[in-house]
Amino acid sequence: MIELKHIHRDFQVGDQTVHALNDVTLSISRGDYVSIMGPSGSGKSTLLNVIGLLDRATAGQYLLNGKDVTGLSETEQAQTRNREIGFVFQAFHLVPRLTAAENVELPLMLAGIPAEERRPRVARVLQELHLTNRSHHKPDQLSGGQRQRVAIARATVMEPNVLLADEPTGNLDQKSGREVLDTLEALNQRGITLLVVTHDAALGQRAKRQIKMVDGRIVSNSTSSPSHAPA
Amino acid sequence: MHLRNTDVTHFAWRALHGYPTRTILMLIAMAIGVAAVVVLTSLGEGARRYVVGEFASLGTNLIIVFPGRSETAGITPSTMMGETPRDLTLHDALALTRSYNVRRIAPINVGSATVSWRGRSREVVIIGSSHELLAIRHWELAQGHFLPKTDLDRATPVAVIGKKIRSELFGAHRAMGEWLRIGDRRFRVIGIMASEGRSIGVDVEDTIMIPVASAQQLFNTASLFRILVEAKTRSAIEPVKQFIIDTLQARHQGKKDVTVITQDAVLATFDRILGALTYAVGGIAAISLAVAGILIMNVMLVAVSQRTAEIGLLKALGASPRQIIVLILAEALLLSAFGASIGLVLGEAGSLIIRHAFPILPAYAPIWAVVTAFLIALLTGLLFSLLPARHAARLDPVLALSKR
Ligand SMILES: Nc1ncnc2c1ncn2[C@@H]1O[C@H](COP(=O)(O)OP(=O)(O)O)[C@@H](O)[C@H]1O
Ligand SMILES: [Mg+2]
Repeated sequence: MIELKHIHRDFQVGDQTVHALNDVTLSISRGDYVSIMGPSGSGKSTLLNVIGLLDRATAGQYLLNGKDVTGLSETEQAQTRNREIGFVFQAFHLVPRLTAAENVELPLMLAGIPAEERRPRVARVLQELHLTNRSHHKPDQLSGGQRQRVAIARATVMEPNVLLADEPTGNLDQKSGREVLDTLEALNQRGITLLVVTHDAALGQRAKRQIKMVDGRIVSNSTSSPSHAPA
Repeated sequence: MHLRNTDVTHFAWRALHGYPTRTILMLIAMAIGVAAVVVLTSLGEGARRYVVGEFASLGTNLIIVFPGRSETAGITPSTMMGETPRDLTLHDALALTRSYNVRRIAPINVGSATVSWRGRSREVVIIGSSHELLAIRHWELAQGHFLPKTDLDRATPVAVIGKKIRSELFGAHRAMGEWLRIGDRRFRVIGIMASEGRSIGVDVEDTIMIPVASAQQLFNTASLFRILVEAKTRSAIEPVKQFIIDTLQARHQGKKDVTVITQDAVLATFDRILGALTYAVGGIAAISLAVAGILIMNVMLVAVSQRTAEIGLLKALGASPRQIIVLILAEALLLSAFGASIGLVLGEAGSLIIRHAFPILPAYAPIWAVVTAFLIALLTGLLFSLLPARHAARLDPVLALSKR
């Protein structure tokens, strides 16, 4: 469902060109669980941003669900992000003045879904993520793990096909990090395509498929044996 | 994908709540601008209504004749020759009654004299006129009679006094029928004026009126200060004006040496001048709205940069550039509407205070000013937020999200 062909993403820094992505070709099927690892600056975030249509490739072709999305207008890209893609960030990015439920409601609001329809959907995802009793809390009244689970609820409330998580455990202690990853994996088990960027090799090992990046290139692309996958 | 209006409003509302300092600052700026427009235009309008009302209260269908040519017609031979204009006389005034269109006339003489009664004395403005003055000026008597209906050249020794004169000279003593001394002559008090509030040029309460012929003797003059002429109808004003000019020109050996003004013309002129003044002060106040607009632009720019990460997030969640613009403009519009409403309330309160402090000034802001101020506030809010909104819409989501 995700097909990248010879994708380049160059950044111009002064008179130097940084090749953040250098001829990346990658194919990810529906329901895959992929971890992306590699040293800092190797292009992991850039890869995720290109896949998530937050960033445009300098060259190459990108097919999402068989459709070429390389040349979409900004508005079409926004629509695709809203319907097809969920983002989870290292820094959570919750709107501080809004409650957990209101944060989760945002993508539905942007999609123009009426309020009466939104409420049950928000309540359902919050319940699935065991956040029901936190729904009226503001982000600063939540723990790091809870915040990230609210972010996951927000990323999945539109029922996207793809969930992109850029170091989702980076700001969390080990225990909450594991819980968050458990949550993501549970979603994957129910069919969502999951891409997780991580520093932590142990966490990365849990993915069925592991991609290692160095200097904007994919240097290894392996599928671990099922025995390594969590039960 | 269209944002719902209620959602946009709610989101903007939450955003305004989230940054109270900024919100209050902008509300104040807007409110001051709108309040300034309301208060200043209500002052201008009050002044206009006051002056127009005063002139209207002079009388109805009134024409005023005074000696001397006010130079609207340029330099005439008589001014070139250095001739002094001929005075207006009682006979001139009498001649003016000879038109079917003239309802009544009142000659007027004004001077000041020492008035005394039983040792109390003071300087008083004395008006010499006739029986008709009361009706022309729509004045009323509190007691007794006004000047008698006699020939204009009869100097009857009677006086009608103002309320203030009555109390200052006579105190608790009865004034009617008393003889008082004006200059070196004695007059019998036959009437007391009702307190008339105000009236341009004459403080009725502080004046004594005597027959015009008596005044001419008292001040030792044969000339008049004014002649008031009342036309029978509004449409008769112009013919009467022409009649006056022609009659006096004929009586003054062909010289146009009097000035004739109609109350209507004066009213219209004042109405125009003060109306323009109201527009002018309103315009000046509107500039403060524009200043508020610039403040709004700056604050909105700061707001956008403060909330860069949030805008990046909204984009990541699927907000289109248009949606971002709508959300930011809604915020500005909501702010402007609230600020303007507060401003209207403050402005109306301000004019209320002015009306209380200066009861003679009917300081009501004209509707056009109120509506325009409100609309300008909304428009400034919108216009000056366009730039910040478009700036926000163009933000690169990846960079925006990485900003902490
Ligand atoms: N907006 C940008 N401008 C310039 N260089 C950038 C920009 N974004 C990323 N880069 C560069 O691209 C490379 C890859 O960055 P990134 O994808 O963030 O790496 P990672 O997430 O693996 O740490 C880095 O060298 C980084 O400096
Ligand atoms: Mg990164």
